[in-house]
Amino acid sequence: MLKFLARRLLATIPVLLIVSVLVFLVLRLTPGDPAAVLAGDAASIDQIAKIRQGLGLDKSVPEQFFIWFSRMLTGDLGESYYYKTEVTTLIGQRLEPTLSLALITITIAVLIAVPLGVLAAWRFGSWLDRALMSFSVLGFSIPVFVLAYMLIWLVSLKLGWLPVQGYKPLAEGVGGWLYQLILPSLTLSVIYIALIARVTRASVLETLGEDYIRTARAKGLPETKVLMRHALANAAVPIITVIGIGIALLIGGVVVTESVYAIPGLGRLTVDAVLARDFPTIQGVILFFSVVYVLVNLLIDLSYVFFDPRIRY
Amino acid sequence: MTEPATTPDAGRTSLESLSVESATIVSQPSVWQRVRRNTSVRIGGLILLVLVAVAVAAPWLGTVDPSLFDPVSRDLLPGQTGEITTLDGDTLEHRFIMGSDSFGRDVYSRVIYGTRVSLIVGLATAIVAVAFGVLFGLLSGFIRWLDGPLMRFMDGLMAIPAILIAIALVAMWRGTLPTVVIAIAIPEIPRVTRLVRSMVLTIREEPYVEAAVSMGTPTPLIMWRHILPNTVAPLIVQATFICASGILVEAILSFLGVGLPPDIPTWGNVMAEGRAQFNQYPHNIFFPGLFLAVTVLAVNILGDGLRDTLDPKMAKRG
Repeated sequence: MLKFLARRLLATIPVLLIVSVLVFLVLRLTPGDPAAVLAGDAASIDQIAKIRQGLGLDKSVPEQFFIWFSRMLTGDLGESYYYKTEVTTLIGQRLEPTLSLALITITIAVLIAVPLGVLAAWRFGSWLDRALMSFSVLGFSIPVFVLAYMLIWLVSLKLGWLPVQGYKPLAEGVGGWLYQLILPSLTLSVIYIALIARVTRASVLETLGEDYIRTARAKGLPETKVLMRHALANAAVPIITVIGIGIALLIGGVVVTESVYAIPGLGRLTVDAVLARDFPTIQGVILFFSVVYVLVNLLIDLSYVFFDPRIRY
Repeated sequence: MTEPATTPDAGRTSLESLSVESATIVSQPSVWQRVRRNTSVRIGGLILLVLVAVAVAAPWLGTVDPSLFDPVSRDLLPGQTGEITTLDGDTLEHRFIMGSDSFGRDVYSRVIYGTRVSLIVGLATAIVAVAFGVLFGLLSGFIRWLDGPLMRFMDGLMAIPAILIAIALVAMWRGTLPTVVIAIAIPEIPRVTRLVRSMVLTIREEPYVEAAVSMGTPTPLIMWRHILPNTVAPLIVQATFICASGILVEAILSFLGVGLPPDIPTWGNVMAEGRAQFNQYPHNIFFPGLFLAVTVLAVNILGDGLRDTLDPKMAKRG
């Protein structure tokens, strides 16, 4: 196990290294001078030159990368052009709303998608199965912001059940926090439900054909036990895997959802940074999201041991 | 369908059908026939044909130039009549089927013309992503020393969420049609590369490729003649899904204000303009949103049908 862990951790290093090179290039290959952007329209040539020196832009590109990279390793992502604060501080401030949104979304999605997928596999070919499969194609196709506005229009404007926009920090009480996040999370969970339900169905369908299921039924086990203890438990690994892969989808969704619902999280920060051409922030956020994505998938690889005792590393 | 018994050389075919492979070839309809008979392909294809027709015939569908505006006709509700000023300065009476936006532009015309942009972006994204994916996949599968570095690079690219790459690249280059297409296509390239590479590695071991190699056939010719034809079916399936996601991502970029310039009529831009006044005038979001959802749905349904008929191995995986 420890040997595998070490190997797996080592394998993520080249990936993260390439990610950081790519992210670095986003800033340095930009047409236009970051120093000029930073200085503003009224700056003199001397001022721009000074800023360029301050940013280290007068050095060669590999040198710049090395400086940037070693700073990054110490947790220094540079200063935002637009907000004039450390990018790491900025990310820290915006983390809570995004993390809340993501966690509630995953919870909703798993709670709805897994039972639906199991039921669809259990009643393979039935109306429920076909309805779920149609829903999943639909869920992949409806853009998250279109869905968001449909839900705002119906639930918030017409029915008045939930707030239209905004965010309340967790520190101000769990009730208000949850109340604000229900609609955004529901919106975001649709595509995730489609994805997880599809894989759950396929995976459970496969295990239902196994001999041990027939044995379990033959010895008179109640059907719920057959489904939960034998079918679902053996189908867990692909389901867990797709939840991890779906994190990329979730991150994309977060960017859009936060914009529509005016949630001050990392997604909003990304869009605002792009609109302001605030490159250190763009770099920082992309790097952060990518590292999270890689690490979550690493954790998921490790969790296979827990979900499937047959797997030994 | 041609039954083995009715063909002139029935004796030969029945001998051949002793081997399982040739039996399936003889008794099954051709791939193209299966594709055409598939319900998903028919439904998705039909909707798409209608959309293509709409895109081509946009000027004759009761639209006006989508960039025309008239301050008098601002924020009209769907179905209301107002006026619109042409570039020559004439004022026309115009019925705003889908209402107008806060500049007094006709939402219907903008949505209909937006069909063009979305279809072009989807198709172009798929072509660019597949072209580069095939190139890198072939290189990776055939040139040993290149395989490692190229695939690690692709791993790194895949670790960055697709939409963030697209957003960052468009921010870098500023939004024009080619840059948006390339920005959306780049994050799709690794998946195509992986697909092509894995097929190359499998097919390379086939006896007919070995035979070609031993006869001294140059590598590019082997790729072109023996490898590429085998990758066509899965690539068509993959291209369809890339097309759907390309249309979606372009709309997202425009909606967030980081895509194509706002004067170009795209569904995302129309929705972006409708955001501020969504409470009073939801039609600015609903109509383009409907077109967008239906288009992406049609492409996805088509892709599902193609996958079931062209790529049975992939279909089984769910």
